[in-house]
Amino acid sequence: MKKLITVLAAVAIASSVYAEMSVDEIVKKANEASYYAGNDGSAEVEMKIIDKSGSSRTREFTLLRMNVEGGNQKFYVYFKKPADLYKQVFLVWKETAEGKDDSRWMWLPALNLKRSIAPGDKRTSFVGSDFVYEDVSGRNLKEDKHELIETTDTQYVIKNTPVDPGSVEFSYYTVKIDKDTFLPRHAEYFDKNGKHYRTVEATKVETIQGYPTVTESVVSDLNTGGSTVNTFKNIKYDIGLKENIFTERFLRRPPREVTR
Amino acid sequence: MKPSIKQPTSSIRHRPSIQHRASSIAALLFLFGMLATPTKALDTSLHGFVDARAGARTQDDPTQDQMSLGEVRLQLDSLTYFDAAELQVRADVLYDGLQDDLGKIDLDRGTGFIDLRELNLLFTPIDSADVKVGRQILTWGTGDLLFINDLFPKDWNSFLLGRDEEYLKAPSDAVYASWFPTLGSFDFAYMPKFDSDRYIDGTRLSYWSPMPPPGGITGQEFTADERDDWFKDHEISARFYRPVLSWEGALYYYNGFWKSPMGMNLATGDAYFPRLNVYGASANGAIGSALGNIEIGYYDSTQESDATHFIPNDEFRFLMGYEREVAKNLTAGAQYYLEWMMDYNDYQQDYNAIGGSAATARDEARHVLSLRLTQMLMNQNLMLSLFTFYSPSDNDAYFRPIVTYKVNDDWMVTANGNFFIGKDDHTFFGQMKKNSNINLGVRYSF
Repeated sequence: MKKLITVLAAVAIASSVYAEMSVDEIVKKANEASYYAGNDGSAEVEMKIIDKSGSSRTREFTLLRMNVEGGNQKFYVYFKKPADLYKQVFLVWKETAEGKDDSRWMWLPALNLKRSIAPGDKRTSFVGSDFVYEDVSGRNLKEDKHELIETTDTQYVIKNTPVDPGSVEFSYYTVKIDKDTFLPRHAEYFDKNGKHYRTVEATKVETIQGYPTVTESVVSDLNTGGSTVNTFKNIKYDIGLKENIFTERFLRRPPREVTR
Repeated sequence: MKPSIKQPTSSIRHRPSIQHRASSIAALLFLFGMLATPTKALDTSLHGFVDARAGARTQDDPTQDQMSLGEVRLQLDSLTYFDAAELQVRADVLYDGLQDDLGKIDLDRGTGFIDLRELNLLFTPIDSADVKVGRQILTWGTGDLLFINDLFPKDWNSFLLGRDEEYLKAPSDAVYASWFPTLGSFDFAYMPKFDSDRYIDGTRLSYWSPMPPPGGITGQEFTADERDDWFKDHEISARFYRPVLSWEGALYYYNGFWKSPMGMNLATGDAYFPRLNVYGASANGAIGSALGNIEIGYYDSTQESDATHFIPNDEFRFLMGYEREVAKNLTAGAQYYLEWMMDYNDYQQDYNAIGGSAATARDEARHVLSLRLTQMLMNQNLMLSLFTFYSPSDNDAYFRPIVTYKVNDDWMVTANGNFFIGKDDHTFFGQMKKNSNINLGVRYSF
């Protein structure tokens, strides 16, 4: 009997945690699970871009990520394929503070040139894929208003409406977040006419070094009939990256961590 | 943009010096030695492309071939890691149907069937510094195809003839040291022998010459007096940069020579490279959702014109730019650029003294506006781009449209044009009007 009470109490506490967890907390935990696992991390990414006729193009890159102070992050993306992107680097300094924009650069090795990318281009396609720049480093939580519209046995369903509707091409998007891992599993984007035109899914999840991790994700563009499949391999967390890797010095000479 | 304007001509044709050939051959042997090193246990990679291009002039120029480009090149790019260093080798082997003697390799001028782009060793002597020694491509500054403090060599022939944009940068033979203390970053480049621009010399592109008076557009080939004394005709380029608020700020210094042969030895009639120091600064960063940049430089032409030498005056140069996405996948970048000549009265007298008329003299201030429009279509596989330079003071313009289509991950086709118009023949872009060209290219990358 005592045991039953304990169990009941535990369930009650657990369900009250679920019940009391505010939408902002859910969104914050989901953001942490998606983009902040470990102090840093690396992965090999294969990006397959498939058009509606079924023909495909492939990009391969190494991704480094590091969490720095204040929720800010740095990303280093080193391209290996296709050959015309070989050795190019995409560098992001993500800023989470109010009113601050991310800084983003491309390194063009043949010209020995660091080219800045205007902050306004964040909803632009990332290297021709159906992912946009913002998908790579994460959308700032403060850019949307969040509502919990449904709770199922396993998932929360959140509706996200942009604070500045003019800054993006969607009117809102919904995200289904797993209750156990807090990983977003399925997002649907709706255009200004309310039509569902884009889906982002986490199709495979594995636990790596204790962190639930998306190892395959798919974006589908319902307007063009195209899709992009990202496959993540060789994922490592807490590898002890130095912050100076994310500077011009290491654009000029990519570190061994990414070129291998 | 800095193709030399009003380069004085010389009737002396290029004679390849023996010294030149010897050093080219030594470098080639080294290159092939490196490529031939057994790959066993070596951490190395090999990439590259084959690029074929053909182009034609869109108007007659009796002094030039109607074809402006006709070439196939193979670029090999290899990077090898050793325990304490990285070896980079990147070279083009080319067949150029318009070159007279492909066997005559000159690695400085980029003529012959080999163009060695990079051959360098990079190492880290102390934790906070990197050193790169050898042939390398160097770039800095904030302008888009407008350069003030980037005094590394440019290949104006490649650029204006419509080769890929990467060929605008000619290689430097340099010791490049970078130091990264916490207060900022220092770069220091030492070129033991002057690396001039691959300047417009009449071989492939015509230009305006004041000689003989009253001057005119000519395709007469000339070779400037070389500055090829090692450790004497040397150059130094230095930069310090660091974050300033949320922008990046930089200071620059250059000690060397005018990169194109802007001087004339009146006794021999030869063009040459007068001494030049440059002091400059720049800042660039975000303005709202757009990007902005500003750059200044003072060109200190340390020698003065005299009875036997015609030398450019000092100049103050200024650049500002603004770039943003104006519609989905459409980016616009606008720039304003100024060249302001100091002691203009002295220039007028000097120019008059060599027989130049007031009608063809340079203006005291040259203003240039540029606009780059880039439209990406079909998942960024189709790129339409138009770069326009317009000078309201010179009344001339340069239009540079490019269409590029990536057929798949390996193949790319491209078409581009270089069109020049000008009210006068002697102005910066106006002198190029007989060089307007269109061309087609195809590239396979691996």
